[in-house]
Amino acid sequence: MPRWFYQLASPRWCYQITGRLLPGFSIVALLLLLGGTVWALAFAPADYQQGNSFRIIYLHVPSAILAQSCYMLMAVAGAIGLIWKMKVADMVAKSCAPIGATMAVLALLTGAIWGKPTWGSWWVWDARLTSMLILFFLYLGVMALNSAIESESTAAQASAVLALVGLVNIPIIKYSVEWWNTLHQPATFKLTEKPAMPAEMWLPLLVMVIGFYCFFAVSLMMRLRNEILRRERRSGWVRDLLLSK
Amino acid sequence: MADLSTNPATDSRMEHRTLGAGGLFVAALKRDLMLSLRRKSELVNPLIFFLMVITLFPLGVSPEPGFLAELAPGVLWVAALLATLLSMDSLFRTDFDDGSLEQLLLSPQPLFVVVLAKVLAHWMLTGLALTLVAPVIAVMLFLPAEGMLGLMLSLLLGTPTLSLVGAIGAALTVGLRKGGVLISLLVLPLYIPVLIFGTGAVQAAVTGLPLGGYLALLGALLALGVTLAPLAISAALRISVSG
Amino acid sequence: MARLKTVGQSWRNCSVTRVGSRCLSGALLKVENLFCERDDRVLFDGLSFEVGSGEVVQIEGANGSGKTTLLRILSGLSRNYEGDLYWRGEPLAAVREQFHRELLYFGHQPGVKALLTPEENLRWYCALHPSLDPARVMEALEQVGLRGFEDVPCHMLSAGQHRRVSLARLYLSDAPLWILDEPFTAIDKRGVAAKEALIGRHIARGGSVVLTTHQDLQSLGAVRAINLDQQSGT
Repeated sequence: MPRWFYQLASPRWCYQITGRLLPGFSIVALLLLLGGTVWALAFAPADYQQGNSFRIIYLHVPSAILAQSCYMLMAVAGAIGLIWKMKVADMVAKSCAPIGATMAVLALLTGAIWGKPTWGSWWVWDARLTSMLILFFLYLGVMALNSAIESESTAAQASAVLALVGLVNIPIIKYSVEWWNTLHQPATFKLTEKPAMPAEMWLPLLVMVIGFYCFFAVSLMMRLRNEILRRERRSGWVRDLLLSK
Repeated sequence: MADLSTNPATDSRMEHRTLGAGGLFVAALKRDLMLSLRRKSELVNPLIFFLMVITLFPLGVSPEPGFLAELAPGVLWVAALLATLLSMDSLFRTDFDDGSLEQLLLSPQPLFVVVLAKVLAHWMLTGLALTLVAPVIAVMLFLPAEGMLGLMLSLLLGTPTLSLVGAIGAALTVGLRKGGVLISLLVLPLYIPVLIFGTGAVQAAVTGLPLGGYLALLGALLALGVTLAPLAISAALRISVSG
Repeated sequence: MARLKTVGQSWRNCSVTRVGSRCLSGALLKVENLFCERDDRVLFDGLSFEVGSGEVVQIEGANGSGKTTLLRILSGLSRNYEGDLYWRGEPLAAVREQFHRELLYFGHQPGVKALLTPEENLRWYCALHPSLDPARVMEALEQVGLRGFEDVPCHMLSAGQHRRVSLARLYLSDAPLWILDEPFTAIDKRGVAAKEALIGRHIARGGSVVLTTHQDLQSLGAVRAINLDQQSGT
């Protein structure tokens, strides 16, 4: 294993490096999100079928993508914590869960808002929305288990196992839900599977997705730093840090 | 008396007799079945629960036969799923409380063999029992006769997966005093694929469509469960006992 | 991988460069630099000791000082610790199966199923430890005074008899290392004497014992004590 792997495992080093990265990421995230929003709302062309209501995809799609990648990161970090007993990985996994759950809620809410003008009702048992709802349930399960177990390291390990079980299940759930959906609603109007979106439409979407990722990195680092301080509160370096301020 | 301080790798003392994985599996299965049979009162609880949930639907929705028949595949599967889930919490609980689980984890024997045997014993007394009584209860919901075979086959292939996945939840929550509600939160989302393919199979059987595809999918889920779930269960048990 | 794991356990102090040393001879179990905290309290830090063959190690300390936690760590049940454990000179994580073959653990809960009979309970123990001879189950029950009760379900036995079902494992066992957590509770005086004699025989055969007890163990002669009260620092 290379040296950086060991360094990453040290909470103190992690705290310092995230402290240095945080301002840069914050600025980039802010610029991308602001620029992307203005571009998406004011300059991107309206959809020929849905008019302006389609513009909510600029929130819906990034949050949906992020909710999924966040689960992946949570499970991978959990696995690293399990195998190498790395505390920082446990902390990353723990910090991921609420962010991912929030993203899933955002995706569900924007999906519902989008559904009203498109389908005429706030909720439709569409395959994507249903999968997202189940993903949200998986997040809730991990968070509930984590808070139910008192011992910090046991909680981290148990949630990691659950997250990994969920990771194996996500493709199965997605496939089964899609299959169930086609069985019950044969010809639904698919929202996101448009053939060839024009560049003026997907470029702002790309900007928003990258912006969301940066925003995710920022909030993850902030949560992680809090978690590090909380867990290491009795160690010398945290005490020095607090006294020096 | 042999000297104990020497390394047994060079010691003939170890060659007493070896109980292979098969023998251990059978011994564990027998033990768990025997334990369950000595607690007869708890044995029928999942079945009674199954029957009661089924009774709620005509009362709560409508006793009209045509309507119930349409609802039957989903209702039967959901009730079977909940009955399995309800019985899951006790799977490792008594073993944890009386210290048997500690002894099991400290055994040189492979843990997953005993875990698989325990899950099989659990399934035989819940999933298999549910499968056998399901046709009787299906009649009460006016499920057409053509659907019976589909119902039984799908339950036969689907409920073992429910037991396996449920056992992961049971293992993760065994160290907690109040694991009952939590286990549902953890496990229910994971049950969704089995529910979808299970009801799909019954509906296909009712409408006279071929069943093979559904059963193959349920079988695939079961195969995946048998290979991966014991790993997760073993890991979860070690974590729960450690904490 | 094992090497990595032990490094991982010492990350708390960021001491990346530490190299684990192996114990050479004599010691069956070696504990190095053990650290454990529970509920924000350090139970022990930098705890190191060895358990050689023919040795009795008694863990002492006030209630809540981590005696049971330490025994659970030594037995491999609890993994919430940092530090290194070695069995016969090998990192314990690498030889776990062999270690469990050579370990007898007697915990707070007796590990006896109330719905099974003493004989069924011990036969299951033999199934879990394939080196044990199930034909000796009856003999072991006789030793703990449960002959005649072998087919009575354990929930019909008294608390002391219940405990003795579990203690019968000591008569069956061929494991060199015994880890015993309060083995003398709920046992009458005569039983205690018999148990002490049993431990004496075990160490005379070259086995070792790590135990906690409030009992005075003078009859055993050389008992090494490790006091956890002095361990817990800040």
